Amino acid sequence: MATLGVPHATTCVALRYDGGVVMAGDRRATSGNLISHRSMEKVVQADRHSGVAIAGSAGPAMEMIRLFQLQLEHYEKVEGAALSLEGKANQLSTMVRANLPAAMQGMVVVPIFAGYDLLRGSGRLWDFDATGGRYEERDYVSTGSGSLHAGTVIKVGYSAGMSRDDAINLAAKALWEAADADSATGGPDALRGIYPVVASIDVDGWDRIDDDDLAVRYEAIVQEVSSR
Amino acid sequence: MSMPFYVAPEQMMKDRADYARKGIARGRALVAMRYQDGIAIVAENASETLRKVSEIYDRIAFAGVGKYNEFDQLRVAGIRAADLKGFQYSRDDVDARSLANSYAQMLGNIFTHEMKPMEVEILVAEVGAESARDQMFHILYDGTVVDERDFAAIGGDAETIKTRLAEGWSDGLDFNAAINAGIAAIAGPDREIPAGDLEVASLSRGNGRRCFHRLDAAEVAGLFDTTS
Repeated sequence: MATLGVPHATTCVALRYDGGVVMAGDRRATSGNLISHRSMEKVVQADRHSGVAIAGSAGPAMEMIRLFQLQLEHYEKVEGAALSLEGKANQLSTMVRANLPAAMQGMVVVPIFAGYDLLRGSGRLWDFDATGGRYEERDYVSTGSGSLHAGTVIKVGYSAGMSRDDAINLAAKALWEAADADSATGGPDALRGIYPVVASIDVDGWDRIDDDDLAVRYEAIVQEVSSR
Repeated sequence: MSMPFYVAPEQMMKDRADYARKGIARGRALVAMRYQDGIAIVAENASETLRKVSEIYDRIAFAGVGKYNEFDQLRVAGIRAADLKGFQYSRDDVDARSLANSYAQMLGNIFTHEMKPMEVEILVAEVGAESARDQMFHILYDGTVVDERDFAAIGGDAETIKTRLAEGWSDGLDFNAAINAGIAAIAGPDREIPAGDLEVASLSRGNGRRCFHRLDAAEVAGLFDTTS
């Protein structure tokens, strides 16, 4: 809740490509009209084959992610095998629902969950509402204050079976446009060397795109935008 | 009114110890030893699915011999304690020594207070940031803790196996050499253990956050090719 002055995390997107999913999120957290954090990581690895992206109150969201990571690892160690991707999504849904009383007071946490389903051999993604409602999306999903703009960019640019490289570029572009139109979403910060968190998940697991790579991609976006 | 026969405490303890030792001696042995990148563990285990060696935490592994249901109960308790501690405080606060102590408490209590002692021997190993800080704790059915510096053997005929291992082991072995020394020590001069009856795992410093790695059947078979 803005009046409480609690830091809020903003825009995250996820989309499927041929062989996996790409997740991306900006780095800004805001308290009301102020920037409270410039290098927050809202897209985090949940386990080897899945990740969570969070929009909403940063404190409860980060705590939820920590507990979620622990539960996945705990299950994997005790049982000797990881949960299925659907099982993980259900687990997260329970945790979001448990946060409902806090959500009613303004501490909403709305994650995106995405990963590579080893049983089906494809990337899958889900978004959630504050009541724990769990919705599997076919191609892409966006959440947070800049989600309208980011989601539109992906909707227009998406094609089924696109490559990983194209998916990363599209996610980077989506965050760029969200940052351009939404004051709570942070754009790439070349001055401080802070770039969005972008990661892909495929059969070999989580792979975060490094900042040097993103710097090149954003340079291309800058060229394109300035030549419009 | 019938009175129970008087049994001297010494006799009672001796009977229990004999009972536990008999149960443990029936089982196949396992060995653990330091190698250049961490700790290698080899177990003779005919089962493909019921494990003797497993992951407890980022840098800690567990190995048990004796009655499966009993050491598995200890394994799960260890994972739970470690995960809880790491979540509550920090991942850096989880260490093998305190885990070994709580195992010793549990086993000691059961040995003195319950009808039947646990027929198990367990090993808790932790890989340190450098090899000087690698640790192994050998915990007996009555709660006795022994810390081992370079290598350990538990299970049936452990003393003989340990003597053989002392001959085959040297400081700074690579992984393959360490595993082969372990296999030779378990098998002895007159026997060959088929690859399918071996369970091999390592705690390796270079393995990222979760140091534990279990070799799959193909990798174990691959180790064998180099020996013959």
